Amino acid sequence: MPEQPVTEPQDSQEEEQERGLSQRIGARQDAIAGAPAVDGPAAAPRGPREAIFGLEEVQVSYGPKPAVRGVNFDIGKNEITALIGPSGCGKSTLIRCLNRMNDLIPGARVEGKVRYHGQDLYAPQVDAVEVRKRIGMVFQKPNPFPKSIFDNIAFGPRVLGMKGSMDEIVERALTQGALWDEVKDRLKTNAFGMSGGQQQRLCIARCLAVNPDVILMDEPCSALDPISTGKIEDLMMELKQEYSIVIVTHNMQQAARVSDKTAFFTVELDDEEHRSGRVVEFDDTEKIFTNPADPRTEAYVTGKVG
Amino acid sequence: MADASLAAGVRLTRTPTPRSRFEAGVKIALISASLVSVLTTVCIVGSLLFETLSFFGEVPVSDFLFGTKWSPTFAGEQASFGVLPLLWGTLYLSLIALLVAIPLGLLCAIYLSEYAKPRVRKTIKPILEILAGVPTIVFGYFALTFFTPNILQDFLHLKVDLFNALAAGIIMGFMILPTIASVAEDAMSAVPQSLREGAYGLGASKLQVSLRVVFPAALSGIVAAIVLGVSRAVGETMIVLLAAGAVANNALNPSEPHQSLAAFIGATAGGDAPTGSIEYKTIFAVGMLLFVITLIMNLISIRFVRKYRQVYE
Amino acid sequence: MSATSEAIQAAPTSRRAKDTAFRLALMACLGVSILLLGVLLYDVVRDGVGHLDWHFITSFTSISADKAGAQAAIWGTIWLMGICAIFIVPVGVATAIYLEEYADNERWYNRLIEVNIQNLAAVPSIVYGILGLAFLVRGPLSLGNTVLAGGLTLGLLVLPVVIISGREAIRAVPPSIREGSMALGATQWQTIWRQVLPASIPGIATGVILALSRAIGETAPLIVVGAATVIAFNPEGLDSPFTALPIQIFSWIQRASNDINDYRPLAAAAILLLMIMLILMNSVAIWLRNRYEQKW
Repeated sequence: MPEQPVTEPQDSQEEEQERGLSQRIGARQDAIAGAPAVDGPAAAPRGPREAIFGLEEVQVSYGPKPAVRGVNFDIGKNEITALIGPSGCGKSTLIRCLNRMNDLIPGARVEGKVRYHGQDLYAPQVDAVEVRKRIGMVFQKPNPFPKSIFDNIAFGPRVLGMKGSMDEIVERALTQGALWDEVKDRLKTNAFGMSGGQQQRLCIARCLAVNPDVILMDEPCSALDPISTGKIEDLMMELKQEYSIVIVTHNMQQAARVSDKTAFFTVELDDEEHRSGRVVEFDDTEKIFTNPADPRTEAYVTGKVG
Repeated sequence: MADASLAAGVRLTRTPTPRSRFEAGVKIALISASLVSVLTTVCIVGSLLFETLSFFGEVPVSDFLFGTKWSPTFAGEQASFGVLPLLWGTLYLSLIALLVAIPLGLLCAIYLSEYAKPRVRKTIKPILEILAGVPTIVFGYFALTFFTPNILQDFLHLKVDLFNALAAGIIMGFMILPTIASVAEDAMSAVPQSLREGAYGLGASKLQVSLRVVFPAALSGIVAAIVLGVSRAVGETMIVLLAAGAVANNALNPSEPHQSLAAFIGATAGGDAPTGSIEYKTIFAVGMLLFVITLIMNLISIRFVRKYRQVYE
Repeated sequence: MSATSEAIQAAPTSRRAKDTAFRLALMACLGVSILLLGVLLYDVVRDGVGHLDWHFITSFTSISADKAGAQAAIWGTIWLMGICAIFIVPVGVATAIYLEEYADNERWYNRLIEVNIQNLAAVPSIVYGILGLAFLVRGPLSLGNTVLAGGLTLGLLVLPVVIISGREAIRAVPPSIREGSMALGATQWQTIWRQVLPASIPGIATGVILALSRAIGETAPLIVVGAATVIAFNPEGLDSPFTALPIQIFSWIQRASNDINDYRPLAAAAILLLMIMLILMNSVAIWLRNRYEQKW
């Protein structure tokens, strides 16, 4: 198993908090500059950035008024892209567009272009089920199925008709999800018996079992304790070598800790007191947190506004 | 690890695969199953209507609806098709039943909702459910073989015939009591605790809170419960068939036999009335009347249930 | 004693008396209801338990009350329940799935289906008998007075129970389970078949047992549909004439009231048999619910 990154949460909670935001950014800068830690032992040289998703003027509405608009950015391959901002600014709404989960909500409408590997995700001939096979999602509250750990992981491969030994597939997924050692002796027990943090890692492993291209995470740690959060953040850093990750988070420091790029959303009130979200700024994470271009971004990341 | 097909451009398109055709087929199968219930209603209404219209081809509507003599089995000229005695029997028996079921049922509901401790509730509710689950024929047996001879005649020394409306009505009342009690109790339990607390805070007693705060607040649900009870009483067959006799009767005397709409159908249809005979058609004409009455009451009840659910949810 | 402490002493006796009287009245109501149930059960047991023996279960009905038994009725009831179950489970569950998972509630036709089911649940059972007579026994299907017609009539009668309780069971499965499944790339039906249904089976099974409990005691529809009252054989096929426990009870009560040969213990014994079957069914339902109920 790859080493734990040197600068990441092996420190105690108090030490973490003492560090302060910019220092943490500094530590990441060191890591990016080539310390053998964050990107793992066989760090690929950073070549030209390949975009997995291209979002142009995306706007999502659940009724007559938009919930989020003005979304324009790319999501890069093998990167962790964070979506941050206050409550109600449409981060979750947007991330659910990327795997067409908003289709499940009657009345949801997406305008603008969402391109996935260049293809329009919302073109009429696109099958949402095929989309979700490649773009997985982990939810805010862990939602394991009321089945055994084994059957939870095996569900995806089974319904997708994946070939191969189910035992191997399950083991590989649980290993990738940093859960194998903890559960290998109790694969047949009910998943509901696990702790919250374990359940969430199970959900991540479940997602990995179907070999996705992208993993979307909608506030995956907001229902978890700090130790579990740390474990999942470590996991994300490992996973990004093989997958591309988009994460919505309420926790700024989390975004600063793990992400490569960050999009900052804000809430706007229109003339009729209707709230909608908008992307204010999208850039490298260190820039967003140390030298943001927009005053609204700065106000948020320095904690002047919630 | 990205799928190899991604390199060649992502194939996300929807083509009619076997799986998607299967999904569409599943949806059609499910819709067809749902249509069974629609078809049931259509067939009920259709069959009733068809034979009723045929019936009115032979018997004038006014004779049927306003006639006071019901003897459809008499031959030829003697036969009389005035349905009022059956309507009266239905009404009368239901009235007696409701005189038992409404006070007892509502008071039981108040007790369960406002007074009973959780442990008591847990014991009592299953007992009421058992009462609700007793088949009506068992009630009929009890009414005929125990209630009339032992309670009414021996114990209370009432002068009643073996087949009488009083026994049938009272026992029917106990049969529908659980229905009224449970729907009314649901409605009362749905009243928010804050209303009660407001009244207690003003110094009201439990009696006052129950009757003056909870009861009025749950009124639409209570009305729904009563209407539902009436509907069940009107449609009940076996208790009346067994215990109230087979004579259509216009009298007010509860110690005599009476016959209801449903009981008439049960008494007649058991024989082998040939299709197309006037006997056969009376089954449908009476059935139509019964269906319409209960339909109206059910629609009213549904209205009231919706109203009380809306207020608190 | 100060004015205040006087004021907050116990309420005036008249009010307390009213409160107590009311409470006693309430308990009396409950008591009367429970008493009636108790007396009813006692009466039935007293009348019938002596007659409930192996001979009773294995004999057929007979002119002589001593020799009569309920075998044809028992098997008739079993056949009816079987046919009823085979009908209501697929149709009822499929309807429940459609209404909960596929139907858009805004559409008028879906709302019509819902209201229709609520209405059907409250139609008197004898009207279902008329329906069976007109469409199953005679009319389009012309099945005759057969056990198949009887079973289907009962099935139509209790179908709303299965649909309504099936919908509740399906609705109890949290949306997060469906989302998790869809997010993995499962289709709607795969999600229903592999996640929603397995999780709702305990609730659905309870509903089916509830429906059969109702069907088993129904007499009126079977009378109209032409169940035989004197029959000396068990059903031999779907097209066989039949009787059932409630019908046999009804026939024996009628004979008892004419004071011929005292059929009363027979009727009571058959009632006991019916009640035992009901108790068994409900116990299974309770056991199922306690053992398999999913706590989310």
